[in-house]
Amino acid sequence: MRDRLLIYTGLLLFVALVTFPLWQGLAARGSTKGPELKLPAGRKNCVAPIPYMREAHMDLLMKWRDAKVRGQMRRFTANDGTTYNVSLTGTCLTQCHGSREQFCDRCHAFAGVPTPTCWGCHTSPPVVADAGGTS
Amino acid sequence: MKLTRKDFLRILTGTAVAAGAGTLVHAVGSDGTETSNRTATGKQRWAMVIDLQKCRRETGCTKCSAACHRAHNVPQMPDTAREVKWIWNERREHVFPYQESKYTRQTLPETLPILCNHCADPACVRVCPTKATWKREDGVVMMDYHRCIGCRYCMAACPYGSRSFNYLDPRPYVGTVNPDFPTRTAGVVEKCNFCEELLAQGRLPACVEACPQKAMLFGDLNDENSSVRLILGARFAVQRKPELGCGPSIFYLV
Amino acid sequence: MIMLDKAFAGGRRYWGWIIFLLLLLAAGGTCYLKQLRYGLGITGLSRDVSWGLYIAQFTFFVGVAASAVMVVLPYYLHNVRQFGRITILGELLAVASVVMCMLFIFVDMGQPARVLNVILHPTPSSLMFWDMVSLSGYLLLNAVIATVMLNAEYKGTPAPAWIKPVIYLSIPWAVSIHTVTAFLYNGLPGRHLWFTAILAPRFLASAFASGPSLLILLCLLLRKLTSFDAGHEAIRRLGVIVSYAMTVNVFFLLLELFTALYSHVPEHAEPFAYLFFGLQGNHGLVPFMWLSIVLAVAALVLLLVPALRQNESVLALASIFVFVSLWLEKGLGLIVAGFVPSPLHTVPFYRPTAPEWAIVCGVWAIGALLLTVFYKVTVSIREET
Repeated sequence: MRDRLLIYTGLLLFVALVTFPLWQGLAARGSTKGPELKLPAGRKNCVAPIPYMREAHMDLLMKWRDAKVRGQMRRFTANDGTTYNVSLTGTCLTQCHGSREQFCDRCHAFAGVPTPTCWGCHTSPPVVADAGGTS
Repeated sequence: MKLTRKDFLRILTGTAVAAGAGTLVHAVGSDGTETSNRTATGKQRWAMVIDLQKCRRETGCTKCSAACHRAHNVPQMPDTAREVKWIWNERREHVFPYQESKYTRQTLPETLPILCNHCADPACVRVCPTKATWKREDGVVMMDYHRCIGCRYCMAACPYGSRSFNYLDPRPYVGTVNPDFPTRTAGVVEKCNFCEELLAQGRLPACVEACPQKAMLFGDLNDENSSVRLILGARFAVQRKPELGCGPSIFYLV
Repeated sequence: MIMLDKAFAGGRRYWGWIIFLLLLLAAGGTCYLKQLRYGLGITGLSRDVSWGLYIAQFTFFVGVAASAVMVVLPYYLHNVRQFGRITILGELLAVASVVMCMLFIFVDMGQPARVLNVILHPTPSSLMFWDMVSLSGYLLLNAVIATVMLNAEYKGTPAPAWIKPVIYLSIPWAVSIHTVTAFLYNGLPGRHLWFTAILAPRFLASAFASGPSLLILLCLLLRKLTSFDAGHEAIRRLGVIVSYAMTVNVFFLLLELFTALYSHVPEHAEPFAYLFFGLQGNHGLVPFMWLSIVLAVAALVLLLVPALRQNESVLALASIFVFVSLWLEKGLGLIVAGFVPSPLHTVPFYRPTAPEWAIVCGVWAIGALLLTVFYKVTVSIREET
C-alpha cells in the first residue's frame, strides 16, 4: 500500500480529465438555448411542418437531391399546396433563408454538427444585412 | 426408357446454367440502365448537328465554349494538363484523325467544337461502378456529382476524351460564379450535360444559343420533323469514331 | 488464435526493419493527408493520363497475389509434397498483396469517403464492381485459410476437414482476380494498347512469373535470416515454374508486338512506339522499357539453362531480374501507355511526383510490414513445433 498516494493521484487526474467537458462548459457559462433565427419575412409556411424540418431537414434535402438529379423532379408541392423549385441555393437560401452563414451555419456551429459537404459545390448568396436571421 | 434421377438433375442443372449464364452475360454487358435509346419509341432522343461550313466562317470564335463554361461555372485551370472543359475547339487532325491527306485538308475547318457525344451506348455508363453517370431516357448522359467516387474509370472508358477530372478545388478558378448552377468540388469527374437544366425549361443548350453563325442545331432525333432529322436527311454528316459502336449523338456536317 | 504476440519477439535487426517500414509509412501517410486536403493534383496525373502509378501498382500486385495458386495447386491437387512447407508463405503473400491492391485503389480515389457507394449501388455492368467482389473474396479466402492452417500447426492438430473445399475454391478464384483486373482494361473501346484478348493471358503469365520469383527470394531470405528452410526441392520447383511462366510471358509480348507492328495499324503500333522509342519528344519510359527487355532476356538465359538455374545463387539473381523486369513492364509501362496517345491523338506527358512516390512507398511499406509480421509468426510457430 505504499502506492496509495500514487494511485489516488492518478485516479483523481483521470476523473478530472474525463469530466473536463462538463466543468469547462460550466465555466464558460454557455447556454443550451440555441441561436435565434429570424424567419423569412412574408412567408407563412415552410416547405414542410417546422418540427419535421428541425429534425429531418437533411432527409428532405437528400430526397430532393436524388429526386432532382436522378429523377428529374424539379418541382415540389408542400402540404399547403404551394409549389417550390427544388434548389438548395435558389429556393432554400435565395427565397427563404438568405445565406448559409446567416442560417445553416449558425445552428450547425452551435450544435457542433459539422456542416455537410454541400458547400463545396453549391453556392450561397452573399450575406445581406437584414435578410434571413440576424440576431 | 425411364428417366433416372441422375438424368433429370443433369437436365435441370444444364438449363439453369444456360439461363443463368445468359442473364449474367446480359447484366455484365448491358450499360446498366433500364432503357436503351436505340429502340426507344415515343421517347425523345436529343442530338446535336454542327454545321462546320457555318462554323468555319468565324475563325478563332470560342463563343460556344465561353457560354457553356460561364453558365456552368467551369473553372479555368492554370495548368493545361489539368484543364476542365465541357465544350471546346480542337484541331481537326485530333477530332478526325487519319481523315486528312494532302487532298482533303481544306474540307474541315482548322479547329472545330467537340463535346460529350451523349452516346446511345456509352462505354462510360457501362463502366461506372456507382451509377454516378447514367443514360437518361431522353438520351442525355447524366452525371451525379454527389455519388461520384472519383475513380476515373469513365475517363479511361470514354474513347472521345470528353471528360475532365477535378484534380484540385475548382472554386478559385471559376470566374464570375453563376448563382443558378452549382460548381463542382475536387475529386469528381465532370462533362457536358447537354444543358439538361435548360432543356427542362424548354430552352436550347447554351452553346447552341450562343453561336453567332447558328451553326449548331439541336433537336429530337425521334421526331421526324425536327430540324436535326431534316438536315441529317438532306446533307452528309459524319460522327467521331462511329466504328467503336458507342453511337454518338453529335453529328458534323462537312 | 491470432498468435500475433510472436511478432513482438525479435532482435535488433528485426526491429530496425520494422521501424524503417514505419518511417516509410509515416512519410506516405503525411503525403496522403496532403492529397486528401488538396486533391489528386499533387500527383503527376492529368486530364489525358488519368491513371498512373497507383493503378499500375494495383495491377502489378494483383498478379503477385494471384500467384499463390502456383504453390497451392501443385500441393493440393497434385500432391507435390515439397511445397508443403511453403504453401502458407504463398497464402500469406497473397493476403499482403491483396491488402496493398485495395490500398492502391483507395489512395487513387478522388472521393475516398464515398467508396462504399460501390457496395450501396452495385453495378454488375462495371468491372470495377466485380474487381471489388473478387478481391474481397480472395482476401477473405486466403486470410481464413492461412489462419486455420497456422492455427492447426501451432496446436499440432490436423487441419479441419472443411478447409479443404475452401482451399480448392481459392485456386480458380486466384485466376479470376487477375482475369477480372485484365477485363477492367481490355473491354474499353478507345484504349488500343489494352484492347486485346491476350491481355488476360499476359497478366496471368506475368503474375505466375513475378509472384513465384518473389517467393523464391523470400524463401532464400528466410533461410538466411531464420531457421526456416523451404528446402532445395521446393525452390528448384519454383524455379521451374518461373521459367515456364516467364517464357510464356515473353512469348505473349512478342505476339503483341507482331500484331501491332506487322499490321501497320497506327492505333495499335503507336503505344508500343511510345514505350520503346518515344513519341513526339516524350520518351520518359524508353530506358525503363529497354531495361525490362534486357532483364527479361538475361533472366531467360539464366532460367532456361538447367545448369545455371539449378545453382541457387544464379536462380536468386534470375528471380530478381524477373521481378524487376515485370514490375517495369506492368507497374510502370502498361497503364501509362494505355493513355498514350490520348483519345484526341495527342502525346501527353506523365511523371509521378515525389508525394506520389511517397504514397506508393507508404503502401509498399504496409505490405512489407504485414508480410514481415505474418512470416515472423509462421517462423516462430515452425520453430516451436
